[in-house]
Amino acid sequence: MSLLELDGVKVHFPVKKGILFDRTVGHVYAVDGISLSVEAGQTYGLVGESGCGKTTLGRAVLRLVDVTDGRVVLDGTDVAQLPEKEMRSFRRRLQMVFQDPLGSLNPRQNIESILSEGMAAHGIGGNREERREKIKEILAKVGLPGNALSRYPHEFSGGQRQRIGIARALVLEPDLIICDEPVSALDVSIQAQVVNLLEELQKSMGLTYLVIAHDLAVVRHISDVIGVMYLGSLVEEAPSDALYEEPRHPYTRALMSAVPVPDPEVEDRRERILLLGDLPSPANPPAGCRFHTRCPWKQDTRCATERPELRDLGGGHRVACHFAAEIASGEITRTSGEVVPAAHEGSGGSGGSEASGAPRASGASGGGAAKGSSSGERASEAPAGT
Amino acid sequence: MPLLDVDELTVTFGGRGRRADRGRDRDRKPTEAAGPTEAAGPAEDTSVRAAGPAGPAEDTSVRAAGPAGPAGGNAVRAVNGVSFSVDEGQVVGLVGESGCGKSVTSLALMGLLPRKGATLGGRADFEGADLLAMGPRRIRDLRGSKLAMIFQDPLSSLNPVVPIGVQVTEILKRHRGMKGEAARKEAAQLLDRVGIPDPDRRLREYPHQLSGGMRQRALIAMAVACAPRLLIADEPTTALDVTIQAQILELLKELVDQEGTALLMITHDLGVVAGLCDQVNVLYAGKVVESSGRRELFAHPTHPYTHGLLGSIPRLDAPRGEPLNPIRGSINDQIAWADGCAFAPRCDRYEMGCLTGTPELTEPREAGHQARCVNPVLATTEVPA
Repeated sequence: MSLLELDGVKVHFPVKKGILFDRTVGHVYAVDGISLSVEAGQTYGLVGESGCGKTTLGRAVLRLVDVTDGRVVLDGTDVAQLPEKEMRSFRRRLQMVFQDPLGSLNPRQNIESILSEGMAAHGIGGNREERREKIKEILAKVGLPGNALSRYPHEFSGGQRQRIGIARALVLEPDLIICDEPVSALDVSIQAQVVNLLEELQKSMGLTYLVIAHDLAVVRHISDVIGVMYLGSLVEEAPSDALYEEPRHPYTRALMSAVPVPDPEVEDRRERILLLGDLPSPANPPAGCRFHTRCPWKQDTRCATERPELRDLGGGHRVACHFAAEIASGEITRTSGEVVPAAHEGSGGSGGSEASGAPRASGASGGGAAKGSSSGERASEAPAGT
Repeated sequence: MPLLDVDELTVTFGGRGRRADRGRDRDRKPTEAAGPTEAAGPAEDTSVRAAGPAGPAEDTSVRAAGPAGPAGGNAVRAVNGVSFSVDEGQVVGLVGESGCGKSVTSLALMGLLPRKGATLGGRADFEGADLLAMGPRRIRDLRGSKLAMIFQDPLSSLNPVVPIGVQVTEILKRHRGMKGEAARKEAAQLLDRVGIPDPDRRLREYPHQLSGGMRQRALIAMAVACAPRLLIADEPTTALDVTIQAQILELLKELVDQEGTALLMITHDLGVVAGLCDQVNVLYAGKVVESSGRRELFAHPTHPYTHGLLGSIPRLDAPRGEPLNPIRGSINDQIAWADGCAFAPRCDRYEMGCLTGTPELTEPREAGHQARCVNPVLATTEVPA
């Protein structure tokens, strides 16, 4: 059985209006029917753009927001139904690592106080000495010096603060750690340190993570299974290698093609699918498939009227698209959107030594002319599908 | 001659230094006269660039009468001798992590640093005139017309209580002398050009009514309103989602291709650089540590810092399961450039030679590929993914 199971979880926030009486005039459908399961010892990665509801889902698992409908089952216990008092003690098993390491640490508490507070509340470690020993042990594991105990959060660098946040989760020996954008506030070189630390800890302590992030490359690196969210629902879920090798949902394909790769050779060759427009408002989501307003493969039938369910395409690859199979086989071609073909076509085989300081105009004139109008909001026909 | 030629730019905040020269042409003569005596002081300021347009010796001397380096009182030297040039129609990247001085460089070029408290040194020649020595009136005429800038956070760079239309037409009125209906029409055309649908309605709206991507488009429309020769983009896509980022990058590419505008792209994202920039300058602790054409830089990162950065980034197209190769320590572990290489405490290739004064920019691999390192990475090993 899975460690964590979500079954049709919905989180709707009422939108209120009025001076004397709060009339509910609508709802923001932040999370709208999500079912997934996280296996013990694995990492489940949730990706999506801002406003897709990924953070709300993470908070719903911890019940930091109330679940409107559905079940959140951790190890056989329905978290959504627990009385408040039991929930407090149950939270030991569910811990969270937050995005902003400075904002989530009390500036007036020293590290020992920050880390021992949760232990004292949950009755871990009989006395102060035992707790201190335990904290020292965890600090060593996350790569902080033992003398950190008496220091304050401002004395540490960003990466070290994130290590403190991880240590705070670890001292309670949780079953599941929810990492909400654990590295997005950190510099690239520090990001890699924290990503490696999370992986090492998982190996040595058998931890289970639910990682929420917008950076597809980071999520793919650390996750075993990835779920892609769009406007409150899962559009695709697959083992991370399968998802990268063969993204089946149009949104996943566009998202992956939009991530820049730090390699000019790849950047020049790959094609990018530009989506039209912005994310619709979650207070007024489109009918039918949530993605049909921006989907380059939108069909006249079904897409605007019928909401697709996640279907299993084999190998744990689940996709919520009516036409996933047809798109993969090439039966359906793009109807809108735009594909930007290789940007610098002329300079492909220059052997890696571009004349430094060559004005751009000469190198890119061929590519520029072929591109035509390429601003994302204007719907133009895709130029010859590369 | 390059459009913009920045030579040994230094920016020092705080300390006892009085502003000696910036913005007052009449002050320049005496301080330049004082130059040679200053230049005899700290080692880092006398380093002459190994290649490129090696100017006359007095150009590389520090004109500021301020503190000599990070050690001088409580002064912070945010930019410590940065040199690069931008040609017409070229896209040049300034890459680095937070605190490396990339944003301060852009603010210095635009004349947007506070007049008190920030001491500037070096030169930044734009079309033959030194931006750093320019008076406030002259730089105001340039700013928005020939020089334009796009900021990271579109919401805080737009005035929240003024409609978009007024903010766009303001530039047209100030720099192109347009009025009333003509200015409004031109503004609508600008919004249309950057891909904002229904521009007439958007002109009447306020910034909060636009989405993040739309706001950034509006800012770009304002920046290109007067067909600038040089556009400085400071992390233009960092606050945006990846699908919107792709749209904005495509728009910037299109503007550069069509208008021949030179673009100075400031970012921390090596992926963005790989797809957009012709020439890349990597900054660390206020100095350029590596500079090269983008293909050469990514194929053969020569400075250990660049090498480490590329090894730290998880890539979507790399095999999974291998740990990343982070750079150890943090940006706080650095030594003053005057004493040696600031990156030495974090460097895997550190040797004793790293601590004998500032390493100079050399070309260890090939012409046009500069690296500031005593012990550069020369082996053609694959960059660990």
